[in-house]
Amino acid sequence: MTAILEIKDLKAGHSGLEILKGISLKIEAGEVHAIMGPNGSGKSTLSKIVAGHPDYQVISGEILFHGKNLLDLPADQRARLGIFLGFQYPVEIPGVNNSEFLRMAYNSRRKEKGLEELDPFDFQELLTEKMQFLEVDDRFRNRGVNEGFSGGEKKRNEILQMAVLEPSLAILDETDSGLDVDALKIVSKGINALRKPDNAILLITHYQRLLDYVQPDFVHVLAQGRILKSGGKDLALEVETRGYDWLTAVA
Amino acid sequence: MESSATTIADSKLAGPEYKYGFTSDVEMETLKKGLNEDVIRALSTKKNEPAFLLEFRLKAYRKWLTMTEPLWAQVNYPPIDYQDIVYFAAPKQKPQVSGLDEIDPEILRTFEKLGIPLDEQKKLANVAVDAVFDSVSVATTHKKKLLEHGVIFCSISEAVQEYPELIEQYLGTVVPIGDNFYAALNSAVFTDGSFVFIPPNTRCPMELSTYFRINTEESGQFERTLIVCSEGSHVSYLEGCTAPKFDTNQLHAAVVELITLDKAEIKYSTVQNWYSGDPITGKGGIFNFVTKRGLCKGKNSKISWTQVETGSAITWKYPSCILAGDGSIGEFYSVALTNGLMQADTGTKMIHLGKNTKSRIVSKGISSDKSTNAYRGLVRIGKNATGARNFSQCDSMLVGSECAAHTFPYLEVGNDEAVVEHEASTSKISEDQLFYFESRGIIREDAVAMILNGFCKEVFQQLPMEFAVEAQKLLTLKLENSVG
Ligand SMILES: Nc1ncnc2c1ncn2[C@@H]1O[C@H](COP(=O)(O)OP(=O)(O)O)[C@@H](O)[C@H]1O
Ligand SMILES: [Mg+2]
Repeated sequence: MTAILEIKDLKAGHSGLEILKGISLKIEAGEVHAIMGPNGSGKSTLSKIVAGHPDYQVISGEILFHGKNLLDLPADQRARLGIFLGFQYPVEIPGVNNSEFLRMAYNSRRKEKGLEELDPFDFQELLTEKMQFLEVDDRFRNRGVNEGFSGGEKKRNEILQMAVLEPSLAILDETDSGLDVDALKIVSKGINALRKPDNAILLITHYQRLLDYVQPDFVHVLAQGRILKSGGKDLALEVETRGYDWLTAVA
Repeated sequence: MESSATTIADSKLAGPEYKYGFTSDVEMETLKKGLNEDVIRALSTKKNEPAFLLEFRLKAYRKWLTMTEPLWAQVNYPPIDYQDIVYFAAPKQKPQVSGLDEIDPEILRTFEKLGIPLDEQKKLANVAVDAVFDSVSVATTHKKKLLEHGVIFCSISEAVQEYPELIEQYLGTVVPIGDNFYAALNSAVFTDGSFVFIPPNTRCPMELSTYFRINTEESGQFERTLIVCSEGSHVSYLEGCTAPKFDTNQLHAAVVELITLDKAEIKYSTVQNWYSGDPITGKGGIFNFVTKRGLCKGKNSKISWTQVETGSAITWKYPSCILAGDGSIGEFYSVALTNGLMQADTGTKMIHLGKNTKSRIVSKGISSDKSTNAYRGLVRIGKNATGARNFSQCDSMLVGSECAAHTFPYLEVGNDEAVVEHEASTSKISEDQLFYFESRGIIREDAVAMILNGFCKEVFQQLPMEFAVEAQKLLTLKLENSVG
């Protein structure tokens, strides 16, 4: 079976600066992987490159999604094929109605699959169901996208979007940062709901505590643009107690 | 002249930006270029005008001779040679048109192409249209039905013949002949435009609209619109404009006067899409120098201006309200978009004279490419206008880094019981915002459209439904090439 995501010896950067220095990673259907690592190690860069951010350049290597070369595809098409990026810092888009935005995103995926678009009424129903499941306040429906949201609200909105879009690969960049325990539980519930035999999830996190709620199958430590160590969920515990120094020292 | 079919094809090749850039091959009757008292007399005779109107024109002309062009606006253009303009251009036809079959079919086709079918079968059901082609009104739809409600809607030339006493009573009472350089010129040479009279306690049963089309290269367009809304009445009026692509500039110097009596309300909406000139060289395009003013004469009356300005090489336009009646309300909702090398200097004046008068200003400026976009607004609160309130909000959005936006809010408060609030912001569509949309599967063009519609929402909400949809499409189309 082909992996959902396969990254082969990826070197990439931003305006002449090499940030990722040879990353290889394979995520099979049904798996949850976690990437941990110190600040500035390249975690967000990796997530944006997989999502197709035009500001980052791939120097060499490959990224395959369901066996298909991703690097030639623009970001919007990658999203329509089922890649979702939950941003570390979701941007505010004043004036653009949250539920309109989501419906547009949702329908763009449906169109890609050759399905009929959902009208506003049917979509509101679907949205209501997801909002209730994730205990999102109804007020968020008609606010501007992330407009004036607190840090935690933005993260929760990312999870709501993910729940609506049901991607086959979700990359969640520090979605757990800045959440209180109750919010963390709800976010975890959202992530676990996406955990299905056909899907894959890549969690980027600093903290073991998210991994208590969403048990990863594999944990990787990324530092200075390289994956220094991969292991099972015990690696996360080890990082939690020992920090990263023992790993970076080895490298 | 080329046949119109060729011209249309040519304008299509020139790019999708301005789809109204075609010219129509219509036989025209024009006066010679240039302006003097004889031209004005000839024009007045041609239109069979009563003596008071000729007098009005001549007075305005003499006043105009003593005036100079305003130079304070944030716009630049080479001097206009007022002797090089044709002041009267009318499609050749019998003077009294009784039915559409007497109108040059090319004109009917022109309006149909613009989405304004005039003939009985196809005409828009809920909108009465006055179609103005160069200097004259060629047709007004639904006239009879409106008259059943006592509503007069016709070209101003026709009103001069049919209702001279109303014209004499109101013309020039809101914008006096010597108000400004362009208003004086318009008063001297205006050729046509629309006239609306709503009798007391009447809600006009349909939207009224005038569609302006400039066709002749060397003619200026000087239309004049007068709307009088009697006690307790209501009318909603729309104005649309397009012009062919020419390498030369055409002058459009219109005057619009609105009058509301006690408890009356006029809602005046404009979607302006004149040809704006070549986006790279700046060649051609309309100079849109317009004076629009409303007088809330009666108590508790209301005038609301909504404008979506997306065209013209230069826009100089400040739809204003004089809030004379106690408790009257003035509103100004504006979206002004500039791209290419366009220059816009637009805004409003709210003059509070009566007690407890209120005004609201919502201005959204969008600039892209190398254009400049200025909001200029005056809020004046007279010393007797106790309890007056104003709220102004002026937001600018920059698309790209070579454009400019300016805001010039002027405030004159003559008593301490007035409340005036002003908010302003400048924003930019960021790469990160666009990527956010893309990462959710939404293409860049749709993202820009959604962001702009969000930015302009408060203004679009003021437009009648069909116009709001049109306006949204227009904005998206205009910026398609500006957002990389
Ligand atoms: N847009 C950018 N422009 C310049 N440098 C960047 C950019 N994005 C990331 N970097 C640099 O790349 C390195 C990795 O950043 P990032 O991927 O955000 O790390 P992490 O998410 O692991 O904290 C940092 O040194 C950062 O400064
Ligand atoms: Mg990061």
